[in-house]
Amino acid sequence: MKCRQCQKSAVIKMERHNTSLCGGCFNLYVHDQVDRAITEQKMFDHGEQILVAISGGKDSLALWDVLIKLGYRTAGLHLDLGIEAYSEVSRKKVETFAASRGLDLIVHPYKEAYGLGVIEIAEETARPACSACGTMKRYHFNRIAMERGFPVVATGHNLDDEASRLLGNVLQWQEEYLEKQSPVLSDEGGTWARKVKPLFRLAEREIAAYSILNRIDYIVDECPMSKGAKMLLYKDILNRLEEASPGTKHKFYLGFLKRPRAATATAKPVDLHPCQSCGQPTPGAVCGFCRLMQRVTP
Amino acid sequence: MKVKLYHPTREIILKGPKQVAVLLRELNLPKEAHLVICGDELVTEDLVIPDDQTVEIRPVISGGE
Ligand SMILES: [Zn+2]
Ligand SMILES: [Zn+2]
Repeated sequence: MKCRQCQKSAVIKMERHNTSLCGGCFNLYVHDQVDRAITEQKMFDHGEQILVAISGGKDSLALWDVLIKLGYRTAGLHLDLGIEAYSEVSRKKVETFAASRGLDLIVHPYKEAYGLGVIEIAEETARPACSACGTMKRYHFNRIAMERGFPVVATGHNLDDEASRLLGNVLQWQEEYLEKQSPVLSDEGGTWARKVKPLFRLAEREIAAYSILNRIDYIVDECPMSKGAKMLLYKDILNRLEEASPGTKHKFYLGFLKRPRAATATAKPVDLHPCQSCGQPTPGAVCGFCRLMQRVTP
Repeated sequence: MKVKLYHPTREIILKGPKQVAVLLRELNLPKEAHLVICGDELVTEDLVIPDDQTVEIRPVISGGE
């Protein structure tokens, strides 16, 4: 198979674009899609310092790699979740990546901070593991960004992540989530750090290919806690639809973004004040993270 | 040919030569969720893998949020 652009030998065939590309042309394609996502959605500019959430998986490391190559000012944030071997391997990959490129990296280890890893915290509070983990991640991304003066947090969510989340939200008619699902979440006038997803135009397979081609050493194993998660089922279903009809995921998610939200918008402004315990903005008296941690027996 | 697979990580031996697309179909692995690495190069589905080659079939899906 030949590259559609330059006739060199192709390394990837992308059915949804009806094209095949060589390594060089594919890298340009990936950079272009990220650049387009950042510009069209007004995610950030070259003057801003971006905190990139880095798990050690392909998406976050590829995102960091692309942002550096596009000339953005970044630092990485790695939350060490304290899930034994999985977290040790993840952290090593992140530290090696940052060190080899001379990048700034902030590591926040849960076990050192709270004496417990995320699995133990979820067990002690009787919360589903992925839900407790999500609450803790969102809290730390925001708090560390605000404390260290980063206006933006970028995460490695890809087209498959966003399309499967959309499918889940539609299947359960989670209208308040549908309304909020977007590649950019505003900083609400400086209350939060802005949350952005610069990889939302790229399929998961394309990001894995980018990581392999650019010799990015990432952790291939899934998070041991996410086994059986609904998201994996939705991804599998969407991939089967994609094979039968290439472009389905793209049309589903990007089509959703183009539609007016007014139909589902409930538009109730949330009244935020500082959490009594930690000072982070929250609609209640105590924020979700602090409520979670209060239930962890000391 | 030696084929490295994940979930769980293991190696199997299959008789080659075999085209990438055929390999994936025989193992019932969807194209959209996998990439094939031959030696250490990413390859497209039309490539025929010789019998003496080692290939890795890398799943592209990661779970969770
Ligand atoms: Zn080319
Ligand atoms: Zn709090």
